[in-house]
Amino acid sequence: MSGQFEPARSGAGQAASALAPQDAVERALAAAKCDECIVIADEGSSANLRWAGNSLTTNGVSRSRQLTVIAIRRSGDEARVGVVSRAGLRDDQLAGVVAEAEHAAAQASPAEDVQPLLSRDGASSAGHVGRAGAAWDSPPSATEIGVFADFARDLGGAFEVAAGGGRKLYGFAEHQLTSSYVGTSSGLRLRNDQPTGRLELNAKSQADLTRSAWAGLGTADFSDVDVAGLEAGLAERLGWAERSVDLPAGRYETLLPPSALADLMIYMYWSAGAKDALDGRTVFSKPGSGTRVGDRLASLPLALRSDPAAPGLQCAPFVIAHASSRDSSVFDNGLSRGRTEWIADGRLAALTQTRHSARLSDLPVTPAIDNLVMAVPGATGSIADLVSRTSRGLLLTCLWYIREVDPQTLLLTGLTRDGVYLVENGEVTGAVNNFRFNESPVSMLSRITEAGDTVPTLPREWSDYFTRAAMPPVRVEGFNMSSVSQAS
Amino acid sequence: MERNQGASEIDPEFTAYPLRELADAALATARRLGASHADFRAERIRGQQIGLSDGNLETQFDSDDLGLAVRVIVDGTWGFASAVDLTTAAAARAAADAVDVARVAAAINSEPIELAGEPPHGEVTWLSAYQVDPFGVSVADKIALLGDWSGRLLAADGVSHVDASLLQVKECKFYTDGATTALQQRVRLHPELTAVAVGADGRFETMRTLAPPVGRGYEYLTGTGWDFDTELAEIPELLAAKLAAPSVQAGRYDLVIDPSNLFLTIHESIGHATELDRALGYEAAYAGTSFATFDKLGSLQYGSPIMHVTGDRTAEHGLATIGYDDEGVAGQSWDLIAGGVLSGYQLDRRIARLTGLGRSNGCAFADSPGHMPIQRMANVSLQPAADGPSTRDLIAGVTDGIYIVGDKSWSIDMQRYNFQFTGQRFFRIKNGQLAGQLRDVAYQATTTDFWNAMEAIGGPQTYVLGGAFNCGKGQPGQVAPVSHGCPSVVMRGIRILNTVEEAGA
Repeated sequence: MSGQFEPARSGAGQAASALAPQDAVERALAAAKCDECIVIADEGSSANLRWAGNSLTTNGVSRSRQLTVIAIRRSGDEARVGVVSRAGLRDDQLAGVVAEAEHAAAQASPAEDVQPLLSRDGASSAGHVGRAGAAWDSPPSATEIGVFADFARDLGGAFEVAAGGGRKLYGFAEHQLTSSYVGTSSGLRLRNDQPTGRLELNAKSQADLTRSAWAGLGTADFSDVDVAGLEAGLAERLGWAERSVDLPAGRYETLLPPSALADLMIYMYWSAGAKDALDGRTVFSKPGSGTRVGDRLASLPLALRSDPAAPGLQCAPFVIAHASSRDSSVFDNGLSRGRTEWIADGRLAALTQTRHSARLSDLPVTPAIDNLVMAVPGATGSIADLVSRTSRGLLLTCLWYIREVDPQTLLLTGLTRDGVYLVENGEVTGAVNNFRFNESPVSMLSRITEAGDTVPTLPREWSDYFTRAAMPPVRVEGFNMSSVSQAS
Repeated sequence: MERNQGASEIDPEFTAYPLRELADAALATARRLGASHADFRAERIRGQQIGLSDGNLETQFDSDDLGLAVRVIVDGTWGFASAVDLTTAAAARAAADAVDVARVAAAINSEPIELAGEPPHGEVTWLSAYQVDPFGVSVADKIALLGDWSGRLLAADGVSHVDASLLQVKECKFYTDGATTALQQRVRLHPELTAVAVGADGRFETMRTLAPPVGRGYEYLTGTGWDFDTELAEIPELLAAKLAAPSVQAGRYDLVIDPSNLFLTIHESIGHATELDRALGYEAAYAGTSFATFDKLGSLQYGSPIMHVTGDRTAEHGLATIGYDDEGVAGQSWDLIAGGVLSGYQLDRRIARLTGLGRSNGCAFADSPGHMPIQRMANVSLQPAADGPSTRDLIAGVTDGIYIVGDKSWSIDMQRYNFQFTGQRFFRIKNGQLAGQLRDVAYQATTTDFWNAMEAIGGPQTYVLGGAFNCGKGQPGQVAPVSHGCPSVVMRGIRILNTVEEAGA
């Protein structure tokens, strides 16, 4: 190594990406020679901490910058699309990326999901500016490691408390901020700033790690995290587990906390694409033809909905599609996302749509939205209230390793994790072994007999992809615990 | 060391960057600011995804990820930072950021980080074994090929829909820690076609190609390493038979498991269970731990005495095959299970040092310049029996059983005990003969019960290198490609579920 580096000597470096993301979008649009063009600039920043056994293990900060160019060649009713997305692009490479996308479009066969691009008037009822109120012209937002300054101090304190109580803490904290700029040759200029924060805290008994409890939450900025309170809650649950009870496989009355319900509902939501339903290949296909929109799914008059403006769960109020796929269409970039009820009054009310699938299915244009909320009219109380009204049943903490077994019924399998408790006569009386479950969230809806208040929750299984959820705790009849798992 | 002598060369656009100057800037800055260890990576990862729905183009997406990363140890604490500009200023700034991160993190670190030694390898270059760079083939040709294949399936009776996809990756890495400076490139492909049949009563079934993802070039799609013509010709009939097949009766059966299914069971129940970072608890809150704890090394009867499982980062065309890992450790091959007994683990330099196991076996990997390397899976493979029987001979030895082909659904618990798998197709075995397909089959077992029930292992002629592009681990989540080779096997008395009954229908 030379060991002689001085910052002022950086002439050897390439011309850095000096262009602001907005300017990169404008310059790419100006360079495009194809019939239509969409350009998306994403500026991301993230910081994370990870710990195990009351000690930090890994950490990091990162920045990302991605420019996606979608070139469209029209010919009559047909359109050919080429998409090129590049990270770490130098300014002098920008025109080359546009040319690559145009070249890909020239080679493509006609796009299945062809639609006209949205114009400024028809774009987004929520306006052209993302929820953070940042204007198109202002610089991208960013996060850095300092977001954890207070949290890291509190976590250090929790490590000491836990160690003193014979507990080991494990977990992960992550904060991300992404500013996305969408520009089109049809005149759209839309921006969204998306903060995403999450904390997972897991406590295990120090001696043998056999008792385990978990808590998780989503947060916009970590200012609202009560680490000591979460640690105390986990200590209480490890206390519940000092008495253990072995139970066999079988169907049990089961109390699902909000996190577990969220993971099951999110998978169902991901499986609610209108195109696959129309093709006859999902649980939402109607035998013969068509979809099951209108069918009763739940016995309670519950609602499952998404809303970009949901308090604390705000997300992009317009479509940002980097590529077309089964459930998204680049032609829909900028399309308004508004409050949508997927299940209303216990009946299937809508499927996730592109404009292409909406036309095929003759159903409203209801694009997927990045949050999910279940609400049950008249339901009140916490998970503790549901426990107090239970004569005998299981109380779960969260679910893990959820995978689809059979798309026809949407049968899912997975494990219980970090605390299954036996409830008898309104009280937790001990910890039970873990189980492998086999359950369909669709069929389960009809066996939800009681619910509590809807509260924000972190979906434990899917939080790498989906963090914005609010769910009630629910009571499910006959939840199918297929076999015992020895895991603890 | 495998070294392809063909037309391949390291991407000239990547090597045109001033990689050594960037590294010098980063490492010098890190040391000046107090780092006791520093390593530097620059990467370019190109990806291309093409998807067709019923022969129509649905997805075409080209990605190109470029960046640099600096990892440091300061006063016994890790620090990591990355940047997207490949400039000396950005490299130096990332090094300073990494040192800052380590200082913030030091307050909550109570385990000093130390690394196992690795012989210096100097300046080395390595390329994976492939013939045709897929990024040199026109998109039009790829769409035409997938369209032709889709058309063959759609033209067959009973096929309602066809999905076709092709993932391609070209990964260029420059790594240096001062002692080893490695410039590497590897290429991988994952082609997949799925045919869907929808019956008049609304029931539907699917049948997917078994062609595994591989570390090969575009030649894989044109006759080298897989016979797509034959496989595509067989799918419609297999699919029709599956749709018409009877539902399985739940119970215990003897199983003959094809490599196209068994590779994934190996991945979940052996691959992850023998990662020593997991077994020691470092993944306890997320991916989980392992029943194969460190105190059981050398004594745990993992499976029957015929079981021999290796870890390697050297198999030709393997997806986890590398020249040097992301800590500068050369690729190796070693035993994980010998004579059915747990005999080794997968290691990175930190875990090797912590446990006194000596040298790392080279399992550090980061999936992008934006992520810190973590311990990731080697190619973990079940060795065939020398002079062992064919799959047909294995089936002939089963009186009342099921032959399982192709992977589909998978799930396993956080200590790698209890698992459940389905497959692409299931054939009833009666008196040593195949007797038609079954539907709605899943198998469920506990890892050690399952592998101790392994009675027979097929010969080298049954061995197939399967694999996956998308193995997930860590927080923040990272994905890694990995291969698993295995022969056909016979398992006695495994629990079979009927998935329709499980759904309560």
